[in-house]
Amino acid sequence: MTFFQELNKFGDNIVAIEPGGEKYSYRSLVTESDRFIENLDTVKKKLVFILCRNCFEALVGYIGSLRSASAGILLPSTIDKDSLDNLTGLYKPDYVWRPVNSGNGVFNFKNYSLERTGITRDEEIHSDLVLLLSTSGSTGSPKMVRLTASNIDENASSIAEYLKLHEDERPITTLPMHYSYGLSVINSHLKVGATLLLTNDSLVSRPFWNYFLSSKATSIAGVPYNYEILRRIKFFKMDLGSLKTMTQAGGKLTPKYALEFAEFAEEKKINFFIMYGQTEATARISYLPPEDALEKYRSIGIAIPGGAMSLIDDNGNTINDPNIQGELVYQGPNVMLGYATSVSDLAKGDELKGVLKTGDIAFYDEDGYFYVTGRKKRFIKIYGNRVNLDEIEHFLKEQGYNGVCGGKDDQMYIAITDNGKAEAVKNIISGKYGFHPNSFRIKEVTEIYKSTSGKILYEKIFKDIGN
Amino acid sequence: MNNTDRLRRIFAEALNIKIETVIDSLEYNSIPEWDSVAHMSLVAAIDDGFDIMLETDDVIDMSSFAKAKEILGKYDVEF
Repeated sequence: MTFFQELNKFGDNIVAIEPGGEKYSYRSLVTESDRFIENLDTVKKKLVFILCRNCFEALVGYIGSLRSASAGILLPSTIDKDSLDNLTGLYKPDYVWRPVNSGNGVFNFKNYSLERTGITRDEEIHSDLVLLLSTSGSTGSPKMVRLTASNIDENASSIAEYLKLHEDERPITTLPMHYSYGLSVINSHLKVGATLLLTNDSLVSRPFWNYFLSSKATSIAGVPYNYEILRRIKFFKMDLGSLKTMTQAGGKLTPKYALEFAEFAEEKKINFFIMYGQTEATARISYLPPEDALEKYRSIGIAIPGGAMSLIDDNGNTINDPNIQGELVYQGPNVMLGYATSVSDLAKGDELKGVLKTGDIAFYDEDGYFYVTGRKKRFIKIYGNRVNLDEIEHFLKEQGYNGVCGGKDDQMYIAITDNGKAEAVKNIISGKYGFHPNSFRIKEVTEIYKSTSGKILYEKIFKDIGN
Repeated sequence: MNNTDRLRRIFAEALNIKIETVIDSLEYNSIPEWDSVAHMSLVAAIDDGFDIMLETDDVIDMSSFAKAKEILGKYDVEF
């Protein structure tokens, strides 16, 4: 049985605490989720938009949707009206669970209402499909991954196993619930009957740290950007006695910082997990065991329990030797059914059969630990030579510049936020890589645009260059 | 340029908003442009603009333009 079908076994355990001090038991989560379900008209399988904040009501909608075997699409509550209207047109949801206290919904609970859209939909929804998550983390993108109850439950189990989670954990939310990594923190802790500390405050705000201290958080999760914030606010000097676990995923943390955090964790007896994953695999694919963090901080580690990683070369043949780069392939029970870009894709069944080509380039060392070196799609060719845009970004960062890299064959673009440094950057890039100065352009920008989950929005940054 | 104008300009550039909107009551998270990502850009710009290094408490307490001026007072920046 999946974790969300057996939440009742944790009874009076506290499932969630909010900053105002409100506490909710597992029993009340089940009770409210079942009231949510009672108000769904379930003659046919339903599609529900769930507008998420890190709050108990959103959790009720999410769990209610899962327990009713409807299909839920998780979206940020901050989504703008145009994006929501666009997605509504593309996916034709039956209901929207949203943070308004209208009282007009078919079910109203605290500050949320379940509203009927009145849309009639002829398209079928596959019986295995229960959850859709955005691939990009940017608001309004229609591309979603299609996930099953088994995907979600298997990934939650694997994560709970390697993190050695137990019911005394108190993770504080640092990521949005609609983002696969944020959701995986919730799922894996519900699996073991632990207590979620739900907040929407960010790491740079006083209320977050007050809540962290008063509620004695035991773990924190972050994407690389969050870890950069932690460094800047001198996290290493904070007195956070309750903190036992730190996890990092959502992109490659600069190795220098990864080592700093590994050293800090060693000193403070904190388990620091460097991890890797994709929404296409529900969330998690690999983890670096914390005892290896100091030695192998550049590595994404080994496959999660129940999964396997391998590499293939350009011809699709498996690579059987260490230190050879190839595309990373993941196989496991948490691999999505496939993508969707509109309601007509929701009838589709399993297109991947448990095998995911990640699009990431990696190698493994003699001990079988994997290292991601770039993304397949982030390569361009400059005068016939393969250029790894991520590698150039890392180089810029090592040189002390804040920049990102994009472009097309024979025309690379670099955007930097360092005022007046375009010429200097041009010189070091030419010097290091031997590119002809005309093969790339540098633009000084005020900001590197990022999505709510911290992913770099390359298209937005480079859209007005080179046209 | 006096320090108030300099700080207003830093806010406007870091948050990518019109300088007229940078007033004492402008608060963190009150506009989409001033989120946690922009906050760190703002902190970096203030560090550079006034040649200081804001302390942890000041980074996380800087919740409005008025508060930013108050905090900078501790670093001997006069308004």
